[in-house]
Amino acid sequence: MTNDLDIFVGNTTLIDEEVYQLWLDGYSVSEAVSQRLRAGALEQPGAGPGAGPGAVLHSDTLDHYRTCHMLERLLHAPPKLAHQLLFQIPPERQAGLIQRYYAFDEPFVRELLGKKLSKGTKKDLDDVSAKTGITLKSCRRQFDNFKRVFKAVEELRGPLVDNIQQHFLLPDRLARDYAAIVFFANSRFETGKKKLQYLSFRDFAACAQHLIQHWTLGAVDSHVDDMDVDLDKEFLQELKELKVLVADKDLLDQHKSLVCTALRGKISVYNEMETNFKNLSRGLVNIACKLTHAKDLRDFFVDLVEKFIEPCKADRWPPSDMRLFLTQYTGSAHALDAFRHQALWDRYMNTVTACLLQMYHD
Amino acid sequence: MPGKLKVKIVAGRHLPVMDRASDLTDAFVEVKFGNTTFKTDVYPKSLNPQWNSEWFKFEVDDEELQDEPLQITVLDHDTYSANDAIGKVYIDIDPLLYSEAATVISGWFPIYDTIHGIRGEINVVVKVDLFNDLNRFRQSSCGVKFFCTTSIPKCYRAVVIHGFVEELVVNEDPEYQWIDRIRTPRASNEARQRLISLMSGELQRKIGLKVLEMRGNAVVGYLQCFDLEGESGLVVRAIGTACTLDKLSSTSAFLPACNSPSKEMKESPLVHPPSHGCRSTHNSPIHTATGSRLTQNFSVSVPTLIYTGMGSGSAGKEGGPFKALLRQQTQSALEQREFPFFTLTSFPPGFLVHVGGVVSARSVKLLDRIHNPDEPETRDAWWAEIRQEIKSHAKALGCHAVVGYSESTSICEEVCILSASGTAAVLNPRFLQDGTMEGCLDQRLSWQPGFFSIGSEKGEVDFFPQSQDSSSLLGIEETSPAGCGFCHIPYDELNMPFPAHLTYCYNCRKQKVPDVLFTTIDLPVEAMVIGKGCLIQARLCRLKKKAQAEANATVISNLLPFMEYEVHTQLMNKLKLRGMNALFGLRIQISVGENMLVGLASATGVYLTALPTPGGIQIAGKTPNDGTYEQHISHMQKKINDTIAKNKEIYEINPPEIPEEIIGSPIPEPRQRSKLLRSQSESSDEVTELDLSHGKKDAFVLEIDDTDAMEDVHSLLTDAPPPPGFYSCNTEIMPGINNWTPEIQMFTSVRVSRLSNITLTNQMLNKNFNDLCENLLKSLYFKLRSMIPCCLCHVNFTVALPEDELIQVAVTAVAITFDKNQALQTSKVPAEKSLQRASTDNEEQLQFPLELCSDPLASQPFSPAKEVLESASSHTGIPAAQRATSIDYSSFADRCNSWIELIKLKAQTIRRGSIKTIASLDKASPLAEGHARHRSVPCSTNSTVTVVKMTPLSFIPGAKITKYLGIINMFFIRETTSLREEGGVSGFLHAFIAEVFAMVRAHVAALGGNAVVSYIMKQCVFMENPNKNQAQCLVNVSGDAVIFVRESELEMVPVQSSTVISQPTSAGGDVTT
Repeated sequence: MTNDLDIFVGNTTLIDEEVYQLWLDGYSVSEAVSQRLRAGALEQPGAGPGAGPGAVLHSDTLDHYRTCHMLERLLHAPPKLAHQLLFQIPPERQAGLIQRYYAFDEPFVRELLGKKLSKGTKKDLDDVSAKTGITLKSCRRQFDNFKRVFKAVEELRGPLVDNIQQHFLLPDRLARDYAAIVFFANSRFETGKKKLQYLSFRDFAACAQHLIQHWTLGAVDSHVDDMDVDLDKEFLQELKELKVLVADKDLLDQHKSLVCTALRGKISVYNEMETNFKNLSRGLVNIACKLTHAKDLRDFFVDLVEKFIEPCKADRWPPSDMRLFLTQYTGSAHALDAFRHQALWDRYMNTVTACLLQMYHD
Repeated sequence: MPGKLKVKIVAGRHLPVMDRASDLTDAFVEVKFGNTTFKTDVYPKSLNPQWNSEWFKFEVDDEELQDEPLQITVLDHDTYSANDAIGKVYIDIDPLLYSEAATVISGWFPIYDTIHGIRGEINVVVKVDLFNDLNRFRQSSCGVKFFCTTSIPKCYRAVVIHGFVEELVVNEDPEYQWIDRIRTPRASNEARQRLISLMSGELQRKIGLKVLEMRGNAVVGYLQCFDLEGESGLVVRAIGTACTLDKLSSTSAFLPACNSPSKEMKESPLVHPPSHGCRSTHNSPIHTATGSRLTQNFSVSVPTLIYTGMGSGSAGKEGGPFKALLRQQTQSALEQREFPFFTLTSFPPGFLVHVGGVVSARSVKLLDRIHNPDEPETRDAWWAEIRQEIKSHAKALGCHAVVGYSESTSICEEVCILSASGTAAVLNPRFLQDGTMEGCLDQRLSWQPGFFSIGSEKGEVDFFPQSQDSSSLLGIEETSPAGCGFCHIPYDELNMPFPAHLTYCYNCRKQKVPDVLFTTIDLPVEAMVIGKGCLIQARLCRLKKKAQAEANATVISNLLPFMEYEVHTQLMNKLKLRGMNALFGLRIQISVGENMLVGLASATGVYLTALPTPGGIQIAGKTPNDGTYEQHISHMQKKINDTIAKNKEIYEINPPEIPEEIIGSPIPEPRQRSKLLRSQSESSDEVTELDLSHGKKDAFVLEIDDTDAMEDVHSLLTDAPPPPGFYSCNTEIMPGINNWTPEIQMFTSVRVSRLSNITLTNQMLNKNFNDLCENLLKSLYFKLRSMIPCCLCHVNFTVALPEDELIQVAVTAVAITFDKNQALQTSKVPAEKSLQRASTDNEEQLQFPLELCSDPLASQPFSPAKEVLESASSHTGIPAAQRATSIDYSSFADRCNSWIELIKLKAQTIRRGSIKTIASLDKASPLAEGHARHRSVPCSTNSTVTVVKMTPLSFIPGAKITKYLGIINMFFIRETTSLREEGGVSGFLHAFIAEVFAMVRAHVAALGGNAVVSYIMKQCVFMENPNKNQAQCLVNVSGDAVIFVRESELEMVPVQSSTVISQPTSAGGDVTT
C-alpha cells in the first residue's frame, strides 16, 4: 500500500525550523529524512510508539518541503510575504523565515566575491560546491539571492544598506553583508588570487563597508543613482595628485623624518620601518595613483597585500605597530608644507588604513 | 425594489503578469449581479492597479439578493484580441441581509481562477441598503439568521426551539450538459461554481421561508450538502433546526424575577411513566425489519439498527409503545410534528431528559435523471422515507425526538447510499414551541435568563438553576439529579424481549441505566465523567463484486447490515478495551466504491459515572485440548487485560475511589451511601435489591473460532494510544480537560492510498485501511508535537473511494493546548460552599487577589466542562469524580476565593462590555467593533493581514465571541492540466487547500471578523488522471464568521468594586452581549 497523496495544511502555516534549514541547505527529501533520523527526531515527544521507521518523518518532511517550495516564490520578494493571504504566518516567524532564506555560507560567498553575477558564474557553481562542500542546490539559492538583491538595488537611489533593508526586510547586519557583496560584484575586485586566500569574507565585508562609506559617490552626495555602488570617479582621478609624495625626493625624505621622529622608541620594529619607509610609502601612493585604471582598481586588494602587508609580515610587524605607523604616516603628511592635498590624502589614507588593519592577520 | 446593492472596486495588488512584452498588466474589473454588469476603467500597465471606482449600484429584489452571489471578474485588457480573465471573486452578500450581522463587506479578496488558483488580490467594498417592505407576499426570507454551530450560539439565547427544517433543490450539473463538450474547462468550472452558489442561496432562502412560517428567526446547526449525482444531476440539500433566538444583552440580565417559577413548572410535569415497551438488545443489533421493495425508482431500504447499549427497534413493532407514547399529553406537541428532529448536538441543561441511543437508517437508491428540476419529488420522497424510519426507530426506543441528527450520502456511479442518524431522546417539552407552553417558557426565561446561557456560554453557568428547580425541571423525576438523568433508560425494561444488562444508576440509584450508551451528540454539560475521553474508531472494508444497476444495489444492500454489525462490534470492543462505558459524537460513514465498501465510525469514549463499570473482554477458544492453542489464547487474554489496565491508567479511569470523597457532602447519610457504592463494586451479595443483573460484572466474550476472529483480536490491539501529552476526541470538548490555553491550530490532512492489487482480501483491506488511519493519526501527533500538551478536538474523518483501489481519507480537526500542571489538580469546588465562604471570609479573600492571574480558573474561566461539573456536584452533593483526593484545606480556600473574585470580575467586565456593545449596536458606527479592534489600519497597504482563527469548534478557548457576522458557505473547484509541474497530486491539493483557507479567511476579515467557528469541510472530491497530467478537486466548506475578544482584553477593563457579590448568579449567568 502506498500513499499517492499525503498532505497536511494548517490554518497557521507550520514550518519546522530544522526541516527548513535542511531544505535551505539543499538536501533532498530522503537525505533530510535520514539526517533527521540520525538527529533523533523520532525520540521527540509526539513521535509515539511504533511510528514506522521513517514513514512518519518522510511524510512530514515531504510536507514541509512542499510548503517551503510554495513559500519560496514569496521569499523572493519578502515584502509580499506580509501582504499575501495564502499562508497565515505570525510576523515574527515571517522575519525568521526571510532572514534564514537570505543567510549565506561565508565560505561560499568568499569564493564568489568580486565575480560577475552572471550565467557563466552560475554554471561554474558545481566547482564551488565541490570545493566548499555546500550542496549545489544551496549554492544556487545563495547565488540567486545575491543576484536578486543586486538587480533590485542596482538602479536605486539612496543608501545601499537602507535599500536592501527596505526591499528584502533583512536585519541590519545581513543587509550590510549584502551591501558588501553587491559592492564587490559591481566593482569586480580581485579576491581569488592565492595571496588573498587567507582573507575571509568578514575581512572583505569590513573593507567594503569602509570603501562604500568614504570612496563612493554617496560619500559626497546622497542623491544620485548607484551612489553606494560606484566609486567616486573624480576622487580616483584626483588621487594622481598624491604622486608628489613619492616623486618629490625632498618631500619623501621630509615625510620619512617626520614619521621616524614621531615613532622613535614607540615601536618595536623601528629599524625595519626606517629601512623600508620609502618602499612602503611608494607602494601606498602608487596604489592611489593607479586606481583610475579599471584593471588596477580591481587589483586594489592584491596590491595592498603585495606592497604593504607582505613586507610588514616579512619583518614581523606587530599589528599595534602597524596602526601607529599608519596613523603617523597619515598625520605627518599634514606637516609637509609643500603638500597641498590634505583632504584628498585623508580620504584616501583613512580608508586604506582601515582596510590594512582589517587585512593584517595570518 | 426592496434593496440596493452598492459595490466599489478600490484596488488590486500582486496581479499576475499578463503581458509578456511589458511584464505588466492592463487590468479592469467587471462587477456582475444578476443580469446587470458594470465595468471599471482600465488601469494600464500595473500589477498594483488603483481603480478607486465609483459606487456601482444594483437595484434588486430581496429574493435576488438572497439567491445571487456578487460576481467580480478581473480581466486584462487587450486591444487586439479578446480580454483575458485573470480570475474571479464570488461574494455571498447574505451576511449583509440581517440586521445584527455585518453591515459592510470590505477588504482584500484573493482573485481566484479555477485553473491557476489565487492570482493576486482585489480590494472591494460592498454595502446593501434594504427597504422594509413587510406587507408584500414574501418570497424572500431576509433576516433569518443561519448558524453552522450545532448549539445555541454564544451571545444568543433560545426563546423557542421550533424544530427540524429541511429543503433540497436540484439542477442539471453543468459538467454534464452538452455544451460542456465545446467549452473550456475554466468555463465549465465557473458555470458549476456559479450554479452551486445560486442553488445554495436559493436553498437558504427557502429554508428561511420555512423558518418564518414556524415563526422562528434563525436556523441553528445548519448543514448544507451537495450530491454530485453525475449524469442525473446536482442536488443541494440542507437541514437545520429552526429557533427563535434573542440576542443577549445586559438589560435582560437584571430583570427581576417576576414569577414563582417552580409553581409554573409543576403545572406541566413531564410525564414519563415507564410503561411504554421496547424490544432491544445489543446482542442482535441487526433487525431485518424492512425488506427491499422495488419501486418505480429502484430502491432498497436497508435494514437498520439502533445503536444503543441496548439495541434495535423495528419499524414494524412499535404499535404498543406508540400508543403509550401518544397517551402522554406533554409529548403530543412533538408527536404532531412531522419529524421531531434536532440537528443540535449540545443543549441547555435540562433539555435532554433521557437519551435512548443511536438510531440510524440507510437506504440504497438507484439514481436516474431528474426530469424536472422544479419538482424534486423523488429525492424528497427518498429522504422522507428515511426520516420516517428514523422516527419510528426512536419511538421504538421510547423516545419522541431525535437529537444530533445528520444526513449524508455516498454515491458511486448510479448507486447512492442515503444515510441518516441521530440520537433518540426524550426532551423537556418546555423548551419546544408549544402554544400552551410558550407563555410559561417566556416567564421562565425572563425569570432566569441565565439558565439558557449554559448552552450559549459554555462554562459561564450560574449555579442555582439546578439546585432550585431541577426537581420541577425534570418533572416527576424529582429526585433524579441532573448529572445522570439523561442516562436513564426511556424505555421499559419489563418489556424487553432480549436479555440486556440494566442496572440502577450508579449515581442516583433510583433509575435504570443501560451498561453502555452510544450517542451522536456532544457530552451534555451536566454529565459526570471520570477521567479523560478518547477518540475511538471502527474501521472496516468489504470487497464487493462489480455489478451494474439493480444487481449492484442489491449487493450493496445485502452487505450493509453486516458492515453495520461489524462496526458496532468493533466499537464495543474498543470501548471496553479502554475501560469506558459510553460513546459520544458517534458518526458512522459508509462509502461505496466500484469494488468495495468502506465503513468508518468515529466517536469519543468516556466513562460516565452513572453507568456501570464495563467488564473486561474475555477470549474463548473453540479448539479445546490443544496445549499450544490454549497457551496462545491465554497469552492473548493477558495482552488484552494488560491493555485495559494500561488504558485505564492513561485515561485516568479509577472509579472505585469515589466513596471517601463523599464524606462531608450535603447529601444525607453519605457514609451509608459510600458503603453502598463500595459494596456495589466489591461484593454484590449485600445489596441484591439494588443490583439485579450486573453484580457478576460479566465480561464481554470474544470467541475465537477461526483466523478471521483472530485477526479481529489482533486489530483490536493494534490501535496505538496517542503519545504522551496528546489526547484526542471528536466532540467539541474533551471530558476531563478544562484549562485550555489560547493556542489553537486547525488543520486539514488528506491522504489517498493505493491498494496493491494483488489478491485483495477482506483481511488485507481491513489491515490496509486500519494502517492508513492509524498512520495518519501518528503523523498528526508528530506534526503537532510542538504544541504538547494538547488535545485534538473535533477530529472529523471522512472516507471516500474515488476509484478502484484508491482510498481517500480526509481529516479536519483542531489542536488546542492546555495547561498540564493545572490539569493535574483539577479543582472541583462545590459552588455553594465557595459562596458561603466568600461571603464570610472577606479578609481571607483580600489576601489572595493576586491569585487571579495564576489561577487556572482565572486564566480559563470559560472552560466549558469544569464549572458545569461544579454546578452538578453542588447540586447532587456528590463531588465530581475528578476531584483530586488530596486537596488540602488551605489551597482549597484559596481557590474558592480567587474563584469568587473571578465571578466578581467577570460580572463587572461583562457589564462594561455589554454597555459598549449596545453603543455599537446602533447602526451609527457600522464596523466599529471589527475594524476598530482588529483591523487598525485596514485600508493602508502597509497593514499586515488580519489574523483569522479557524476552528471546527463552536467556541474559541480563552476568548469570548461578541458577534456573529453570518454564515460562510463556499464552494470551489480547482483543476489543472499540468499536474506534474504543480508538484503532483500532493502539490496540487496542498496548494488548493491552502487557497481555500486563504479565501475563507479573507471573507471573514472582509466581514470585519477575526475567526470562523464551527468550520467544516463538507466535501473534498478529488479526481486525477495522471496519464493526461490532469487533476480536479471540488471543495465545500462552511462555518460561522465571528468577532471574538480575548478574555485577557476583557479583563483589562477596570473593575469597580461594588455590589456584584450579592448577585453572582444573575450576573454570572447572563453575561453575553
